[in-house]
Amino acid sequence: MADALVRGGTSAPAAPVTARPGGGRRGRPGRRGQRLVEALFLVPAALYLLLFFGYPVVKNVVMSFQEYTTRTFFTGEAPFVGVDNYVNVVTSPVFDRALLNTVLFTLGSIAGQFVLGLAIALFFQRRFPLSGVMRSLILLPWLIPMIAGSAVWRWILDADNGVLNRVLEALPFVDAGPQWLTSTSLALVAVIGVNIWLGIPFNMTILYGGLQEIPEELYEAGELDGATGWRAFRHITWPMLRPVVTVVLVLGVVYTLKVLDVILGLTNGGPANSTQLISTLSYDTSFRQFDFGGGAALGNVLVLLSLVFAIVYLRFNRRAVDE
Amino acid sequence: MSTPTLARTTGRPAPARVRAPRKPGHVLVGLLILAFMLFPLYWMLNVSLQPSSNAVATPWLPFDLTFDGYATAISEQRRNLLTSLAVGLGAVVVSLLVATPAAYALAQFRIRWATPLLFGILITQMVPGIVVANALYSAYSDLGLLNTVGGLVLADAALGIPFSIIVMRAFMGGIPRSVIEAALVDGAGPVRAFVSVVLPMSRNALITAGLFTFLFAWGDFLFALTLTTTPEVRPITLSLYNYIGTFVSDWSPIMATAILSSLPAIALLVVAQRYVAAGVTGGAVK
Repeated sequence: MADALVRGGTSAPAAPVTARPGGGRRGRPGRRGQRLVEALFLVPAALYLLLFFGYPVVKNVVMSFQEYTTRTFFTGEAPFVGVDNYVNVVTSPVFDRALLNTVLFTLGSIAGQFVLGLAIALFFQRRFPLSGVMRSLILLPWLIPMIAGSAVWRWILDADNGVLNRVLEALPFVDAGPQWLTSTSLALVAVIGVNIWLGIPFNMTILYGGLQEIPEELYEAGELDGATGWRAFRHITWPMLRPVVTVVLVLGVVYTLKVLDVILGLTNGGPANSTQLISTLSYDTSFRQFDFGGGAALGNVLVLLSLVFAIVYLRFNRRAVDE
Repeated sequence: MSTPTLARTTGRPAPARVRAPRKPGHVLVGLLILAFMLFPLYWMLNVSLQPSSNAVATPWLPFDLTFDGYATAISEQRRNLLTSLAVGLGAVVVSLLVATPAAYALAQFRIRWATPLLFGILITQMVPGIVVANALYSAYSDLGLLNTVGGLVLADAALGIPFSIIVMRAFMGGIPRSVIEAALVDGAGPVRAFVSVVLPMSRNALITAGLFTFLFAWGDFLFALTLTTTPEVRPITLSLYNYIGTFVSDWSPIMATAILSSLPAIALLVVAQRYVAAGVTGGAVK
């Protein structure tokens, strides 16, 4: 979609030009009525998005300044408490850990997904038998419910009977397989690994689409200049792929910041908060401790992270490309 | 975001030379990649076909083939599977009803706030689900929508609408203006032209948008987790989570449930591969 959006964004100014002849010819009464009918096509979608995305964002900001607990549901009272919720969640001992985990989880996931996704996309750029079927089968991990993927990984990563440790223990120099999901030092690595597996299909597919857009002639011409292999990638593929890379990375970060299913399915944020993210902490605060004000404050921290990243990245990237 | 030009390397006559890679090697590497990506799914299937595998290392192949896991899963999860089915189908209907006219308007009309709306659609992708759930919970509580299929349908449709608008808009933008104008000249109003000309022509885009919306709604976990609390309305994703949340003594029915919950995705790839391809290239929101 990002691709389509970007294209849509740049081609939008051109639309009126193509539509003008029709509009000019039909300058008779009833045109205002027609305008109204046309607007009605958009009203349901606009309202829906306002109700299910706009309203929650605004409501969350309001809630984050209120003492909003289970009592609120009975009494209807949610007294305003200023920035108390923010102070509480930010000074809680878990917050620093969750913030650090969120950054590590996002960076680790994106790095792994992107590099592996790009490598697989480059590989599938060559034509060979069955490549089409293989490319669609690789999508499966992304299409099944995330919680189903998490469930099987939980069993694969099981310290005592999981298949991964069985393979590792069969190696001559491994005594006992690691406690993937139950040790505080490894659990974050394990959930990042699973999230990379989940994200490869998305990265691979979008990057593959971008690779297909690069004209074959460029490579043929490059070959004459001696640009093959790594040099062809550096001087032809990478610069041409750059806009798609931007889209994949921005969407990837934005989506990874929101991740919650994978963590809840694998570790529930444990052991000892070692895989707690801002998103899971927000869920925990709202729906397990019933402090909806605190949960809202954490949710807003998440939105802020996402916004700051998108703005900084897009600004930085635009400058880098312009130069 | 212009890309650096390659003036240095372009503009030469391209030689007609086709690279002929060693294909067996490629197929082998491709299969290895596939094995790496699909092993967890194989393992899901393998465990689901084993007899009770508590505290025992699962054999590599289901030699001792049994469908007991599925029997247990179906008898325990039938209701939840049906709930997910109802939620998924409901979300498809709501999402298509709302998104199709909007996609058409954005593709073909001259509308001043088309760009802000498209930007808004992009922004929706940045809103974390937990933020939506946090606010919806209290609203749903006031409206009596907690623990209802209808409530989940409305929330899950919201996941499909931005994606559907983008996919269908891209397709409808390709419908020649003259076709629609011909209908208008024949006396059809904009609504008639939309229903009897645009919709039939956009059949494939509608199918793609519908299929993906179904998958989003079927696979949704966060809204199921936060907006339902009773066993009466419990989507399959939530019940799978409850399953693995407790101490697990037998993985075989759990993996059978995971397989059942993955069936729509698998069926989609087998039956409707071209629509999936269209959806993924046209857009990739999840």
